[in-house]
Amino acid sequence: MVTLKELPKEEYLLKGHAACAGCGPAISLRLLFKALGNKVVLVVPACCTTIIQGPYPYTSFAVPLQNILFESAGAAASGIVAALRQRKIEDTTVVAWAGDGGTVDIGIQALSGAAERETDFIYICYDNEAYGNTGMQRSGATPYGAWTTTTPLGKKERKKDMPLIMAAHRIPYVATACPSYPIDFINKLKKAKATKGTKYIHILAPCPTGWRYDASKTVEMGRLAVQTGMWVLYEIEYGKFRLNSPSDRLLDETKRKPVKEYLVHQGRFRSLSNEDIEKIQQWVKEDWERYRTLALN
Amino acid sequence: MVQMKIDTANHIAGYAAKAARVKVVAAYPITPQTTIVEKIAEFVENGQMDAEYIRVESEHSALVACISAAAAGVRAFTATSAHGLALMHEALHWASGSRLPLVMAVVNRAMGAPWSIWSDFSDSLSQRDTGWIQFYCADNQEVFDTIIQAYKLCENEKVFLPAMICLEGFILSHTYAPVQIPEQEEIDDFLPPYKSGWVLDADHPYSHANLVSPEWYMEFRYMIQESMENVKRLLPKIGQEYSKRFGFEYGGLVEKYKCEDADLILLTMGTMATEAKTAVRRMRKDGLKVGSARVRVYRPFPVEDIRALAENARMLVTIDRHISFGCEGFLASETKAALYNQKDMPLITGFLAGLGGRDVTARTIEKITKRSLGYLSAGKIEKEIEWVDLKE
Repeated sequence: MVTLKELPKEEYLLKGHAACAGCGPAISLRLLFKALGNKVVLVVPACCTTIIQGPYPYTSFAVPLQNILFESAGAAASGIVAALRQRKIEDTTVVAWAGDGGTVDIGIQALSGAAERETDFIYICYDNEAYGNTGMQRSGATPYGAWTTTTPLGKKERKKDMPLIMAAHRIPYVATACPSYPIDFINKLKKAKATKGTKYIHILAPCPTGWRYDASKTVEMGRLAVQTGMWVLYEIEYGKFRLNSPSDRLLDETKRKPVKEYLVHQGRFRSLSNEDIEKIQQWVKEDWERYRTLALN
Repeated sequence: MVQMKIDTANHIAGYAAKAARVKVVAAYPITPQTTIVEKIAEFVENGQMDAEYIRVESEHSALVACISAAAAGVRAFTATSAHGLALMHEALHWASGSRLPLVMAVVNRAMGAPWSIWSDFSDSLSQRDTGWIQFYCADNQEVFDTIIQAYKLCENEKVFLPAMICLEGFILSHTYAPVQIPEQEEIDDFLPPYKSGWVLDADHPYSHANLVSPEWYMEFRYMIQESMENVKRLLPKIGQEYSKRFGFEYGGLVEKYKCEDADLILLTMGTMATEAKTAVRRMRKDGLKVGSARVRVYRPFPVEDIRALAENARMLVTIDRHISFGCEGFLASETKAALYNQKDMPLITGFLAGLGGRDVTARTIEKITKRSLGYLSAGKIEKEIEWVDLKE
């Protein structure tokens, strides 16, 4: 377990990157390199990071980065892992860094294939719950009721539960995280790096531009997602499910903040009715019963 | 010692990948390609080939895995057909745009609907604009030789582009024929270890293929075009070196047969040229001055070779195992385009034959030639496109 003081001073996400102010994914990227160092090859399918890195001939990354097709991060990582093994390079971690669209929608096939083949790499989905790069369209990770440009009246369906889909692949490590809890995220990355096989980490990465909240509130938004129980921090190591702090305290329903406290700060949930909010509250309750069962097993 | 094998072109493609010391193979099954990747799986599993074999979940992933393996510093190979190739379409662009020297066997098969598994060039010709060098082989030996030559060509710093080695489904893919496989040491001497223009390397961090503004994009495209032009210059040299070492020669981009004094030259691709040669031999006996030219490399298109052929011939006849709907076969179109603005253009007529695997025999080609000779003596083409042996 690492503490904030022990984090390396080196920065591999360089100054002058092109992320929006208050970008949750950019904060996550900075933490990613703090945890993994620079012996990394990064695979980036089409996503906000295509923009964040800056245009040719510039880059804001001090690690090698291969930009690759939208649906193919899992396949690209597979090719790199195979090549590095042939070249007997053992000190480099292959990391696929993809948005929610590139993971839960168009990229799910290549990711599922890579996981089933037990490819030795870390896949990170940074989830801002919509297609951010193209201006906020609905994805399979968009939550119920959220405004996007393709759901102007709010999404009618629920969010796809991607981490548990990945857990069903029986990979050695699945975890959820949020940049609002940096130590938790970093420790999960370190654990993933030390584990052989496919590791999947799903980050809830708040996005002021798309979620319509003030850019200074990103960390707070992530905290509220966790404190209300709408985003749950857990890890599944070799099939063993464990809730992480502070989510572990929220098994007790009374410790959870009402979901309204999270929803009300975001313009994207503006059109939710009271009934919608009650419905979401009820789903959170049901989800937590599922987590309780998983945690007790 | 040279090994003599009697095997299918697909198995021979597998032997070629092994001989080229390919380090990563990513593969997905599709008829009639499958026996290539089955053969390679056998080589890898029994330890004859030191390579990683990635059993991907789609052709799209097969090509992307090869792209990334090549980007991470090793020689990569895959194979596909028809719908598999179509599924790879966007990755084809990504491979050439990334300037990675991949080699892929394409076992030509017709595109559906309706389903067909038989030979047709519509799969690979639909991909002509993706920035891949395209070879079309006429026999099993050429499949082996071209795969080895292609790696040498693609890994040349003046090229750094990927190549498709096209071979017709069943006609070659599943047909046994004798092939000579040179000594491994000699192949190693001809084909040095993998070389590419860039490598993903943690000690030398670069971002690859990031966003390019209109200020630069055209220059990147121009460089690909320049490399394609370099292929025209380099391939004949590589072919000659190969021939000197191993004895097989394919005439660079276009293989010519009895063209020197021919009034009429048949332009074909792939195995149809073998039938065309037989037809030419027979018709020559009857005193007809005909010749056959096989377009072995379709991208870059051998414009200069076609112009040279047109200098002496009075008529060119293209036979396409392909149609661009609403237009004609690509070989017909591009032959005409190559000659426009030239002085004393020969007559050009285009035939469509053998689509979806229908046999095109020497007899069919004789029929086509005689019809064309009729046009030649009349001094005009009756029809710009003709479908051969079409049921009414």
